[in-house]
Amino acid sequence: MRQKLARAIGGAALLALVAGSAACGNGGGGDTAADGDKCGNKIAFFGALTGSSAALGINENNGVKLAVDKYNKENPDCKVELVPLDSQGSPDQAPGLAQKAIDDPKILGIVGPAYSGESEAAGPLFNEAGLVTITPSATRPSLSEQGWKTFFRVVGNDFSQGPAAGNYIKNVLKAERVYVIDDQSAYGAGLADEVKKVLGPAVVGSDKVQGEGKQTEFSGVVTKVKAANVQAVFYGGYYQEAGLIRKQLTAAGVTAPLVAGDGVNDAAYITSAGAAAAEGTILTCPCQPATEARGTFAQEYKALNGSDPGTYSDTAYDAANILLAGIKDGKTTRSALLEFVKNYSGEGVAATYKFVEGGELDPAQVKVWAFKVTGGKVVPDQEIPKS
Amino acid sequence: MTTVLERVRSGREAAGERWRSAPRWVRWALLIAVIAFFYALPNREFYQYLGPIPTPGANFTQVMFTVSIYVLLAVGLNIVVGFAGLLDLGYFGFFAVGAYTVAVLTSPSSDLKTLWPWLLAVPVAIALTMVSGVMLGTPTLRLRGDYLALVTLGFAEMIRIAAVSSEFLKGQRGFNQIPHPPGQYADGRPVFGVLDARPYYWLVLTLIILVVIGVRNLTNSRVGRAWISIREDEDAAQLMGVPTFKFKLWAFAAGAAIAGLAGALFAGKQNFVNSQNFELLNSIIILAAVIFGGSGNIVGAIVGGGLVAYMIERFRGIELFGVELYEYRFLFFGVVLVVMMIFRPEGLIPNRRRAAEFKDRRKEVTVGE
Amino acid sequence: MNFDGLFSNFGELTTTGLTQGAIYALVALGYTLVYGVLRLINFAHSEVFIAGAFAAIWTWNGFGLNQDSQVSGLGSIMFYLLVAVIVAAIASAGTATVIERVAYRPLRKRNAPPLAFLITAIGASIAIAEAFGIYTRRLPQGAPSLVSSKPLFEIFGVPIDAIQLLTLGAALVMMIGLDMFINRSRIGRGIRAVAQDANTAALMGVNKDRIILIVFIAGGTMAGVAGLLYDVRIGTLTYSVGFLLGLKAFTAAVLGGIGNLRGALLGGLLLGVVENYASGLFGSEWKDFAAFALLVVLLMFRPTGLLGESLGRARA
Repeated sequence: MRQKLARAIGGAALLALVAGSAACGNGGGGDTAADGDKCGNKIAFFGALTGSSAALGINENNGVKLAVDKYNKENPDCKVELVPLDSQGSPDQAPGLAQKAIDDPKILGIVGPAYSGESEAAGPLFNEAGLVTITPSATRPSLSEQGWKTFFRVVGNDFSQGPAAGNYIKNVLKAERVYVIDDQSAYGAGLADEVKKVLGPAVVGSDKVQGEGKQTEFSGVVTKVKAANVQAVFYGGYYQEAGLIRKQLTAAGVTAPLVAGDGVNDAAYITSAGAAAAEGTILTCPCQPATEARGTFAQEYKALNGSDPGTYSDTAYDAANILLAGIKDGKTTRSALLEFVKNYSGEGVAATYKFVEGGELDPAQVKVWAFKVTGGKVVPDQEIPKS
Repeated sequence: MTTVLERVRSGREAAGERWRSAPRWVRWALLIAVIAFFYALPNREFYQYLGPIPTPGANFTQVMFTVSIYVLLAVGLNIVVGFAGLLDLGYFGFFAVGAYTVAVLTSPSSDLKTLWPWLLAVPVAIALTMVSGVMLGTPTLRLRGDYLALVTLGFAEMIRIAAVSSEFLKGQRGFNQIPHPPGQYADGRPVFGVLDARPYYWLVLTLIILVVIGVRNLTNSRVGRAWISIREDEDAAQLMGVPTFKFKLWAFAAGAAIAGLAGALFAGKQNFVNSQNFELLNSIIILAAVIFGGSGNIVGAIVGGGLVAYMIERFRGIELFGVELYEYRFLFFGVVLVVMMIFRPEGLIPNRRRAAEFKDRRKEVTVGE
Repeated sequence: MNFDGLFSNFGELTTTGLTQGAIYALVALGYTLVYGVLRLINFAHSEVFIAGAFAAIWTWNGFGLNQDSQVSGLGSIMFYLLVAVIVAAIASAGTATVIERVAYRPLRKRNAPPLAFLITAIGASIAIAEAFGIYTRRLPQGAPSLVSSKPLFEIFGVPIDAIQLLTLGAALVMMIGLDMFINRSRIGRGIRAVAQDANTAALMGVNKDRIILIVFIAGGTMAGVAGLLYDVRIGTLTYSVGFLLGLKAFTAAVLGGIGNLRGALLGGLLLGVVENYASGLFGSEWKDFAAFALLVVLLMFRPTGLLGESLGRARA
């Protein structure tokens, strides 16, 4: 009886496998819109729109929204649709969403993925499908070294921001004793490593904490920072923990300024730390201040979304505009648009764009800025020279 | 309220009765039809006619792969919780061990630089999870019930922290370029490519069928009877000469091995493994899925695992009154668990013996109520 | 390993560890009470704590205080703390009551197996945490800094500040109060009776359901106070912090011997200190690892905890 069961199930399984692979033979991989309709095309935004890391994603999506909105006003008879793909920043969900975008032949390009982890998981799929992606914020250096033909980024990677942050601490703050903390995320640890390289012996101590909202009590770190008697603290990580660490440092009487990367460059950092404690925090970003962005971007953004542009709103806007320029140019197949982006060179609101090997932004175009928290607001401080 | 519930309950019992009394060929035909249905499911040519079943917010085939991994995990956990009655809240930790073993052995970003092919790493992953199951089980299985639950939970959290913090396991940077399973079509395209998730799904489905056959055989043997005796009354089982500790360890190791297999499959499909893949919540979801489906019953565990994983994804992309339902998925999940346990604590498709126990307990007189 | 990191900061790591441990201990009391009486891990107790912590912050918000407000004058600080602690305790006790009524009592009526209780507890915990998360849009909520963190005095060169004094003091007062309530009062005798043998106690005329409700309320009150102390100490609250804190608090309860009130205090303080020493010795990222490793090791060698189980009967 049992053997029969096994045999029957095995037979059924085999049969289905054969049938399945036959179906696969003709159905697999069908994607590109071969005819390349001029109208009714779509671009997608890929990033966290809900969940604990949604703040950056919403900034970016709003930037893309503005770009699409403007495009549709200028071309009312041939509109482009924006498809938001909410990944919650999780690499688990990335392949399903990437495939969803690939399945829709009308989606010609992606702005995103916003974070590095999800980029790792989704990148191979986009590469295989030949669907071009321009990320406005995934800064992990290794992403451009994987041989993906479809990967482009409109910001400098951690190798450009980390040394800049280190230089700022060394040259502007003139700190001789620095404590370095990171949240063990790919982003945070990568940045902290670069900072340590620049500062060398000035780093008198370092510690790691848990990111993603898993740790809220930092008395161990705070005690060590206090004992180290430093002139500056660098934190590699995101705004949630940074806010708590700043608040607890200040409460313990540590007045040394906190220096952090663009992951902390968010209004939520100030609410979390409290305006008094956050005052004087230095935030670096391989981006330009949104208010410095050329043209009327800031006003238009506010008019559409009801809030000021945040971190990466401008780069997302530029990324979307690159894709839209291609579509307008009649590059309405995936391969044509990919070719277009590869050879693109032009000016956006945040920088001048031109891509080099691996989809990296031309290093000559990367600008790193320091921002300072003053009076409860993140205001631009100065551009940091690269060396 | 109660009368409706009673009627539903009796209706279900009648359906169960009918299934058991049906001629053997009918049962076979039905079983084959169900299996064929699931093999056909991820084909777009098929699922586009299924109305509301395909997920609107993500690619259905990819979702079905995730679902199938959850089903495999549920089948494995069912051995531990359903058969042996050991409350394991850290089951997902074994999944992590399996996935990380494959990642460390095959990925070019690993420190070992062994660069094994995927297929070679799978048996090692399974063996290693089994060993880690025994290693965790030996000291902890002397504890009972709630204590065991807590220790396993602590163990899973320790694995997660180790994955995040140790240099060797690369934390959130993770391992990339993990190779796919081998195989080529006639025209040289790989069977297990990047874009088409169907071969992975079929592979997992086939393995689920094999595992279920194995587990069924196991439970109908001396081992299975020993497990059930431990679940019913450990002291009595010990008294009757069942080496309870040995069999509990067996249940733990068998469950762990299946989770290791699932982890290895996941790593081979995903191509990228990092610490974000192993949240504590996943352990809880799987346990809840097994009990939701009906612990102690293989079919129940399959239905529970599949349904829970599917429902969580199904919420994506639905908007109701301008609210994205996906945001609310865990709220619903929690409420459903509470309601379910109050009205049907034995699960959707209970094990017959267990259902009888529940009935007995309900009748038992308690003082002071 | 960084022995220097441990020894040079030994004093401060100890005091901050004890402060955090006091919060663990207060939450642990709720687990211990419920476990002692019902033999049930009340997984949803972490959300009882969160409810109190949110209630305190929202009370301050109601008075127009946010994370940037400065409050001066001992009188008004005391006033805000007192009002918030009352509201937090009521909110926590209320949440605990609702959980017991909705999630546990129906199961008890059906004499459901322990597994079913655990699953409803997990379900309730997830549902409540998610509800808070959705309501706060998953953003951190800031508390005003009411109590100054400037060092007041030094003991052996270790500075002690008002927050530490307040936290430890409040925890001790609550502990002693609860201990007296359980051991001296009439209701306390009822609780001990139900913990020893529920059915016999019921036959002797103890109203079991009422006793269970009181246990939940008492545990909830402790969690509410813990929530307020957490707000004062950490200054920011996110919906998801309950889960890990609850897990740690339960660990503390088991460490001390579950069902044992004094054990909960000992376990909590010990856990807080061990965590901090581990973060000094190995780095902060191994803090939680050390906490769970301590639990696993202890349970292997002394499964009844440090002080043994006393509120309930001996383990079967």
